[in-house]
This record gives sequence, C-alpha cells and structure tokens, in this order.
Amino acid sequence: MPISDLANPTRFLAFAGRLLPWLWAVTAIGLAVGLYLGLFVAPADFKQGDMVRIMFIHVPFAWLSMACYGVMAVAALGTLVWRHPLADVAQKAAAPIGAAFTFLALVTGALWGKPTWGTYWVWDARLTSVLILFIIYLGLIALWQSVEDPGKAARAAAILTLVGTVNIPIIKFSVDWWNTLHQPASVFRLDGPTIDPSMLWPLMIMAAAMTLLFASLLLMAMRNEILRRRVRAMQIVAATG
Amino acid sequence: MIAALAAVAGQTARLQLRTGGGALVGLIFFLTVVTIIPFGVGPDLNLLSRIGPAILWIGALLATLLGLDRLFQDDRSDGSLDLLHLSGHPLELIVLAKAAGHWLATGLPLVVAAPFLGLLLAIEPVALGAVTLTLLAGTPALTLVGTVGAALTTALGRGGLLIAVLVLPFAIPVLIFGVSAASSVIVGPAPFLPPFLILVALSLVSAVVAAVAGAAALRSGLD
Repeated sequence: MPISDLANPTRFLAFAGRLLPWLWAVTAIGLAVGLYLGLFVAPADFKQGDMVRIMFIHVPFAWLSMACYGVMAVAALGTLVWRHPLADVAQKAAAPIGAAFTFLALVTGALWGKPTWGTYWVWDARLTSVLILFIIYLGLIALWQSVEDPGKAARAAAILTLVGTVNIPIIKFSVDWWNTLHQPASVFRLDGPTIDPSMLWPLMIMAAAMTLLFASLLLMAMRNEILRRRVRAMQIVAATG
Repeated sequence: MIAALAAVAGQTARLQLRTGGGALVGLIFFLTVVTIIPFGVGPDLNLLSRIGPAILWIGALLATLLGLDRLFQDDRSDGSLDLLHLSGHPLELIVLAKAAGHWLATGLPLVVAAPFLGLLLAIEPVALGAVTLTLLAGTPALTLVGTVGAALTTALGRGGLLIAVLVLPFAIPVLIFGVSAASSVIVGPAPFLPPFLILVALSLVSAVVAAVAGAAALRSGLD
C-alpha cells in the first residue's frame, strides 16, 4: 500500500485503528523501561543527587514541545500548498498536545529549578522563549475554537503557525546566543554529547518512548477530529434534508 | 502603481484620523497607560526614570493594538477589499500600503507624544531621545505584526480580543530589543547600537513577513 493511500480519511481511520494498539503497547514498554532505567539504574549526580532524575522527563517534554511545533508547521504547509483536509486535521489535533507538552516542560523545569537554581522561574532566554511558545500554542487553540468553518480556521492557523516558526530556532539556540542560567545543549552537539553514557542511554530511551506517546496521542486526536467532522457533516445534512 | 499604493496608504491614514475613535483614542490610551503605572509602582521618581523607557514601550505596544481590528474589516464589509484585490496590483503591496497608512495615523503620533509623556516619568533628556528613536524604529514592526493579526481576524470574521492574543507573542522580540536599546543609555554599560540595529532589522524583516502572510490571510478569506 503506497503512503499516499493514507491521504484518504477512511483509509487513514482504518490504518490508525490497526496501528494504535501496537503503538500503545510499544509506548507503554518504552516508558516502563525508560522510567525504570532513569529512576533506579542511572547513577545519581554527584552535585544534584537524585534531583537529576527530573531530567529524564523534563528533557523529552522540552524536545517534543518543539518537535510538535515542527509537525504542525509541516501540516500547515500541507494545508496551504495542497489544501489537504488531513493536514488541517493534523494541525488542529497537534495544537493541544503541543501545549500540554510545553506546559509539562515548563512545570518540570520549574520544579527542577527550585532546588538547583534556588528559584522556580527566571527570565532566562530559553525559559522565556519556551513560555512564548506556550502562549503561541494557546493562541492557536483560541483561533481554532473561535472559528466555526474548519477550512477557514485551518488556513488562518496555518499562516499563524508558519509565522510562529521563527520562535523555534530562537528556542534552540537561545542558550548559545545569550549566555544565561539554563545550561547549553549537552546531547545534540557537533563534538558529541557531553553527558555520561550511563545517563545518556536512559534519556534517549525516554525520548523515544515520549515520541511514541506523542505519535499515539496525535493519531487518536486526529481520529477523533475526523469523526467529529463526519458527525458535524451528518448533522448539517440532517438539519437541511 | 506607486500612485495607487500611495492613494491606498493616504486613504487608510485619513480614515483613521477622521473617523471617531481612531488615532486620537490611541493617543489617549497611551497617556492613560503611562499615567496609571505610577499608581501601581509608586511615585518614586528614581524608580520611574529607570523603568520609564519600559513603561513608554509597553504603552506604545498596547496602543498600537487599538484600531487594528478595523484595518481590513471596514474595507471588507463595504466591499472595497474585493476591489483592491481585483485592481491588479499585488495584494502584498496593498497590505504594505495599508500598514504604512495605519502607522502614519496611529504609530507616528505615539512616537511624537513619547518625549512629552517621558517628562512625566522623569526620564533624562539623553534617554528621552533614545526612547523616541527606538520607538520610531520599532513601532513600524509592531504595526506590521499587528497587520498580520488584522488580516487573519478579518479573514475569519472575528475581531476583538483574539487579535491581541495572536499578535502579542510576536511583539515580544521587538519589545526586548527596543527596551534594551533605550535602557542602555540610562543604566547599562551595554552599548546602544547593537540592540538598536537589531530593532531596525526586526522592522525590515516584519515588513516582508507581514506583506506575504497578510496577503495570504486575506486571500484565504476572500474565496
């Protein structure tokens, strides 16, 4: 089956229905293994002690808060260039998930910051730019909520999403451009990760598991949205017919 | 084509100035915001002169949001937006002309008023000049970012608070560099020029982004 067949919503629903149980199973195993390795096997930090274990959920949340925006930006291109309904659905479904992941990254970061930095919040470049990302997610959700015609809302949200992509490189490189409190990148670096393998492996497993969690949630949300649109179309037909 | 675009800009500016609740309300709002801040933080002149540039910038930012929802909405409801679209001129340039007219009628008065409002906040003369200069360089960026929001909400047929929620996050970089350039004259050993040049760059970049994104938003609402 070529991948373009999935562009048909009915085929997409069937495909998602078949894939989702497996996806959830792998996600659950990945999360269980990752959390076990992170909470019990990985060594405690020599300065932070067990506090460092927050990293195993904070960092994946932060990565996915940006990755989700990337997914939305690609879907936005799909909406504007190919005018594809499935891209509209993906955009709309991704926004609340991205907002939730960004919120969790901010909250876990604040809880980590209190014992290590001595404060829940500082107006550091990376923290501020992630907060702006969160507000942009909320603005997009508000836009989706306030417009009845889904096609119109999709095009408007797509334009706003693409304008908002300028924030993603700002978040990624804020720690390099402005030398602030949040530590610079320690995993994806040109000269290799500066984090010890005993912590890197649990972190990568957690990141993969969280990505699968994101994919599962996105597929479910997209399925719900397609069904919601069908219900809406049926209601309109029933009301006019 | 230049003449047509100048006519669009002039008409937008005149409409803003002559219709009730246009440019003048923005100025009054600016004055009000600057006036209420000392009630909130206390009338300590040392403190006010230090945070004065930030107060002026926030006031100007909020004041530029006013009247944005009518930038394209009136043209849409009386049909002139369709005529502009059919005129054969690129919609991108028409959006830029509308933004320029809007800035002349609403942004420029704020820049002119800023030095006088700065006196209320006990900002020193040199800093006063710096704030005014940064506002002159930065308010076009605020108007242009707002133009995208105006085009989006017009295409959707929704105005009101939605435009502020959509626009404000994108105005934050402008605010950061505007205030840091203006404050560098008062407090910092940091130089004035680098943040000021970034501010100018932001205005130029937002002119490009606003033209493309605003026209795309209007087109999506027209068909």
